[in-house]
Amino acid sequence: MNRNNLLAALLIALILGLWEFFVHILAVPVFILPPPSSIFTTAVIQAPRILPHAVITLTEILMGIGLALCTAVPLAIIMFAKPALEKAFAPFLVASQAIPVFALAPLLVVWLGYGIASKVFMAWVIIFFPICISLLEGLKSCDPEFKILFRLMGASFFKKLMLLYWPWALPRFFAGLKVGVTVATIGAVIGEWVGAQQGLGFLMIQSNARLQVDLVFAAILWLTAMGLSMWWIVGILEKRIIKWN
Amino acid sequence: MLQVSSVTKYFNDQKIFSGFNLKVDQGQFHVIIGPSGCGKTTLFDALTGVIELDEGTLSWKQKLVFNLTHHAAYMQQKDMLLPWFSLLDNALLPSKTGGQNMVNAKKQALKLFNRLGLSEYESHMPNQVSGGMRQRCALVRTLMFNRDLILLDEPLSALDTITRRSLQSLLLLLQTEFKKTILMITHDIEEALLLADEIYLLSPQPMTISRHFILDQPKPRKFNDPVLLKIKADVLDKLEGDLIHEP
Ligand SMILES: Nc1ncnc2c1ncn2[C@@H]1O[C@H](COP(=O)(O)OP(=O)(O)OP(=O)(O)O)[C@@H](O)[C@H]1O
Ligand SMILES: [Mg+2]
Repeated sequence: MNRNNLLAALLIALILGLWEFFVHILAVPVFILPPPSSIFTTAVIQAPRILPHAVITLTEILMGIGLALCTAVPLAIIMFAKPALEKAFAPFLVASQAIPVFALAPLLVVWLGYGIASKVFMAWVIIFFPICISLLEGLKSCDPEFKILFRLMGASFFKKLMLLYWPWALPRFFAGLKVGVTVATIGAVIGEWVGAQQGLGFLMIQSNARLQVDLVFAAILWLTAMGLSMWWIVGILEKRIIKWN
Repeated sequence: MLQVSSVTKYFNDQKIFSGFNLKVDQGQFHVIIGPSGCGKTTLFDALTGVIELDEGTLSWKQKLVFNLTHHAAYMQQKDMLLPWFSLLDNALLPSKTGGQNMVNAKKQALKLFNRLGLSEYESHMPNQVSGGMRQRCALVRTLMFNRDLILLDEPLSALDTITRRSLQSLLLLLQTEFKKTILMITHDIEEALLLADEIYLLSPQPMTISRHFILDQPKPRKFNDPVLLKIKADVLDKLEGDLIHEP
């Protein structure tokens, strides 16, 4: 563990410690704010109940990520290859960010139903933008001197893409993907809040109504763990693939 | 023969050179020396089609050509190795982009690695080797273009003196062993004296040839050759004169 990790761990421990301390000192009722210790216990003890919901949410997120990759990557490449298309698409991309997608969640449920599709769609919409934009920026940031080298070699666009632009853009792409996988959880959960029969978001709403606040927090803990794990996995992939930095 | 006839290049209103002429016979090694910023790289960029010439004509092997993109291998001022490819893969780039037979290309590259003292480093990444090795690799890649004409823009300027001296003998191989026609820019007068059949001394903007030296001493040469020392003194004189008269 390096110095930074150690500091982060200490900070987290401090916050949890204070939380625990004040909840006990001030005798906060469990149904208002449970102490971290009971949240952890609930998260573990209730795992059999939480796990099926977590699997659903994770599936939605992973499908959202997959869908985003399959669409954002080609679109970024197309916009990079044809700047005219970039100009055409840019307003839509920006508008997609200006629209509060969460406000669309109820409509999505109407359109796509209570099942998994509306949540996958929410996750997809949220992840799409960071991946597409960061990849496009990465492709565009390529050193002009390298472009000249490839022009002198008479390389086709496809060869340039494979040998030069794509590897050049990879660090930015991964930065976007990291943002994407962490915000993806938000999309899926919001989708579940609005209307679902399963998933961590559904579990949270249900437990909240029953004043099982410790279960709400336990679900949040699971969600956080999922987000962090995906972020961590993307980080490992990044290190594996980008060996030259 | 490479013939550059009255070429002109402006950047906006700034005249970099106009009516500039140059001639390199096949198999010859010509060297260009000139003050920094006079337009040497601009000339090479224009010859190779990186930028467009405003006026003038080029011919290579008795044929008029629009530019030298498809006739010359251009080694730019920096080594320009891709950090994500091994030295070998970097050297193979011209073959990959040109859609050549990769088995043969690899054979050729490995031979060149061997000849330029890079064997055993084929699978190293550029950031794992010294500047001298990177430059050797860039040289191999330049040869892998398989063009008869080679333009070198200060190929060794980023290296320390000792490494530079050892690579100068490799540059000579381009002419003696690989039978290339070479046009090279350098700041290093001694390098020019060791390698060149002809030296063009350039004046600051607009760039013109202020002196032209023909060196017919056999190669490899030694610095202590009195004729070379005399030329060196002349070149230094001229360069200093230009600097003093600069506005
Ligand atoms: N793309 C450009 N647009 C405008 N001016 C340029 C451009 N490229 C170069 N110049 C100008 O042209 C002049 C010649 O530049 P060039 O790079 O050819 O010099 P050089 O002789 O190669 O110098 P050095 O020995 O330092 O490499 C400089 O004054 C430079 O500012
Ligand atoms: Mg230059």
